[in-house]
Amino acid sequence: MSANFYYGIEVFLNGLMAGVMYSLVALGFVLIFKASGIFNYAQGVMALFAALCLVGFQSGQIPFAHVINATFGTEIHHFGWHMPALLAIVCTLMMMILFAFLVEKFVLKHLVNQEPIILFMATIGLAYFMEGFGDLMWGSDIKKLDVGIPQGGNLWLEENTAFLGGDDFYGFYIDNLDIWATIFAAILVTALILFSQYTKTGRALRAVADDHQAALSVGISLRVIWVIVWSIAGFVALVAGIMWGSKSGVQFSLSLIALKALPVLMLGGFTSIPGAIIGGLIIGVGEKMFEFLIGAPFLGGATENWFAYMLALLFLVFRPQGLFGEKIIERV
Amino acid sequence: MTQTETYQTPDGRTIGGAVMEMKNITLRFGGVVAIKDISFDIREGEIRAIIGPNGAGKSSMLNVINGFYHPQEGDVLFHGKKRGPMKPHQIAKQGIARTFQNIALFKGMSTLDNIMTGRLTHMKSGLASQMMWWGKAQREEVENREVVEKIIDFLEIQTIRKTPVGRLPYGLQKRVELGRALAAEPKLLLLDEPMAGMNVEEKEDMSRFILDVNDEFGTTIALIEHDMGVVMDIADRVVVMDYGKKIGDGTPSEVRQDQAVIDAYLGVAHD
Amino acid sequence: MLYREAGDFKTSYAKDQQTFPILFDRWGYFIMLALAFIVGPMIINDYWLNAVVLPFLIYSIAALGLNILTGYCGQVSLGTGGFMAVGAYASYKLMTSFPDLNIAFVIILSGGVTALVGILFGLPSLRIKGFYLAVATLAAQFFLVWLFNKVPWFYNYSASGQISAPERTIFGYAISGANALPHISYLFCLTFVVILAWGARNLTRGANGRKWMAIRDMDIAAEIIGVNPLKTKLTAFAISSFYIGIAGALLFAVYLGAAEVGEAFGITKSFLVLFMIIIGGLGSIFGSFAGAAFMILMPVLLKNIFVGQMGWPTDLAAHMEFVIVGGLIMVFLILEPHGLAALWRTAKEKLRLWPFPH
Repeated sequence: MSANFYYGIEVFLNGLMAGVMYSLVALGFVLIFKASGIFNYAQGVMALFAALCLVGFQSGQIPFAHVINATFGTEIHHFGWHMPALLAIVCTLMMMILFAFLVEKFVLKHLVNQEPIILFMATIGLAYFMEGFGDLMWGSDIKKLDVGIPQGGNLWLEENTAFLGGDDFYGFYIDNLDIWATIFAAILVTALILFSQYTKTGRALRAVADDHQAALSVGISLRVIWVIVWSIAGFVALVAGIMWGSKSGVQFSLSLIALKALPVLMLGGFTSIPGAIIGGLIIGVGEKMFEFLIGAPFLGGATENWFAYMLALLFLVFRPQGLFGEKIIERV
Repeated sequence: MTQTETYQTPDGRTIGGAVMEMKNITLRFGGVVAIKDISFDIREGEIRAIIGPNGAGKSSMLNVINGFYHPQEGDVLFHGKKRGPMKPHQIAKQGIARTFQNIALFKGMSTLDNIMTGRLTHMKSGLASQMMWWGKAQREEVENREVVEKIIDFLEIQTIRKTPVGRLPYGLQKRVELGRALAAEPKLLLLDEPMAGMNVEEKEDMSRFILDVNDEFGTTIALIEHDMGVVMDIADRVVVMDYGKKIGDGTPSEVRQDQAVIDAYLGVAHD
Repeated sequence: MLYREAGDFKTSYAKDQQTFPILFDRWGYFIMLALAFIVGPMIINDYWLNAVVLPFLIYSIAALGLNILTGYCGQVSLGTGGFMAVGAYASYKLMTSFPDLNIAFVIILSGGVTALVGILFGLPSLRIKGFYLAVATLAAQFFLVWLFNKVPWFYNYSASGQISAPERTIFGYAISGANALPHISYLFCLTFVVILAWGARNLTRGANGRKWMAIRDMDIAAEIIGVNPLKTKLTAFAISSFYIGIAGALLFAVYLGAAEVGEAFGITKSFLVLFMIIIGGLGSIFGSFAGAAFMILMPVLLKNIFVGQMGWPTDLAAHMEFVIVGGLIMVFLILEPHGLAALWRTAKEKLRLWPFPH
């Protein structure tokens, strides 16, 4: 076997890992879409916002320091303490729950019964709002996020696979962070499934997902459900934010990963949790392999920018119901 | 009766040969059989009713007639010619128009514009002409507006001409929908429960419109209706469906006496 | 008291179908046009032209285009930036390949090229609907930007990867390049705006507009009454892209002068134009203009307030702008989902009856 073959496998494995990251964001989309029919464009920005808050709490930044300084001419930056990672995560989670509450109170409540497309556009507005708000609150410089997850290549795996190839193959290089992300994602998905199958709230969530009106008529409060769902989505965003933030720093471009989650949703369907996972893996592997085999050698590289969308587009043209959807029978 | 033969109705109208013939139609969705081996015809100038309990496959039958569903087996003959696989919009251009069980008006448009959409199959001006609102496009707009205004007069909805249809009450929406179908000047008009959810007065109005359409324009009509009183009054012939099968076919009085029909509607006594 | 329809009887259907059925509106419209063409160039200074008026005119065209596709035909597109890039690069290639071709033709041809690309990316719309289509148009956005970035032929192998517009003249006046005169550019763009807006109005009030709206409101019913869905959607994609391509070509050739694709035509442009039509009003010609004016004026205004008055650094002001734009979008959608156009319509209804509303 040539070394190139093993590099191919390595690219494949890394694609799987990248796919897990996409799945994490897509999961947040699916949760909100299922429970409220809202296509939440702000999911990616929620991840960014969560990561910003986390870093801010950890390093003891003063919120809105820039704004205060600019307005009153002061020179404040930090409280001067460092919060332990776990406490900061709990604080951030509180922030995300507060955020879910505010979104329901000031936005969603007023948009009940609007067309889905109006709700979608409202979440684009929400995304812009949060992006600006996050930057005003914590500043827009690139921040380093470290909550103690090991980073760097996994030496054990590298050493133990080096024998596979020839002299110019040094073993598979896979980042520890990616491995941890996969583990966390697995735990998260399991927890979510257990939650929705075996708890009372979970049953209510599924009822709402099935039929809003019917759920209302048996006494489920839609508003409470929405707050819960957005809080859970906030939690998923936090996990995604931690992973992506640890990997590439907390910065504006983090919100763009939301866009990458969109083709994942197109493949997997907007309402399927397994769809989000498998769609993410397909997109992750697909774009890495395409770049490795065709993009970089023949097309000048950077095909990852568009490959996922094209793949999803072509896929849907031939199978409009997505990976797991049933064949759509249209009625009049 | 063979297809070229004509017959006289009790009220003295002459009904012509078959416009539409359904031959051994079977329609399946996956494993579910919605229509099973049904044959019947619709003759020129008649009012043909399709009745049956909920879920009998009546709406699916209309969907087969106007090409929205494609049956797995059987033939559809239009004016004696076998119809190949066609898209619904092509079939609409052949002169088949319909209304829908759950009103399918274009909510963002006014009554006038909704009925004008019924004329689209008659408007042929090109994009450039329309863009400049010049020549053929403008002429067509005015000519078709005249046709539409006649329909608006006929249906007595002059006052809501420029009202967005979303704001209209249910009964008027049904009337506008009928107007949209009439605007196409169809040879065959399909009405899917035109009187569902209406009160007695509205039903009387609608029955009158249906009879007038048939009488004045000679339009062939096929309709689905649950109100047996209305069906007995206005229909010339009736097809009865139950669980996707045809269980009766004939004049209202014949059908009323048919044992299978009575069983389907009133239930069978098991003793 | 002038604003009345009483006494203004319509004696033919043609008169009833005109764009401005009220006499006062009709006159107001012609007076506005005269002011824009004759008085405008005399009183507007270069700063205002460059900061507000030119971008307003150019983005109005883009907003008209997107409104045709999204507001009238109901197909949400997030690929506007990509299509503007097609217009810009088409005009660049045309200008550099055919130096003698008049700039007005270059712009129109660029629109034509964009229309073809639009049709290509519109093809999946028959099978893909709603949100799925919105996401699919992102494929156009990212692919097109990547294409113009990676294939040197498009930017004539220039070292910087940028394209810059050579000087072109119209009636002897420079309109692109370093010596372009802002007032000539203004008149040039204004002419395009007036003609295209008139065309859009005619297209949307006639048979074609009804087809688009029928597809938007209920595509299945539309097909059953005889509207060919593919043809109708593709027409919308083509016309919309034609407008957006012209806007892209004007933005590059007349306004920016030089452009780098990722920066000038990125995904943010797609959202900018989308916001214009949401705030202005989906399915409204007037709304396209109102939204474009709003989205162009507001940042200028905010910058004046936060940077000029309060002395904030520009990056903070930019973040504040995000907060305000995002907030306004939500407020608008909650209070008036049909945008500024609906507010305008309500005001006119009131005015018609004023001062005796009962």
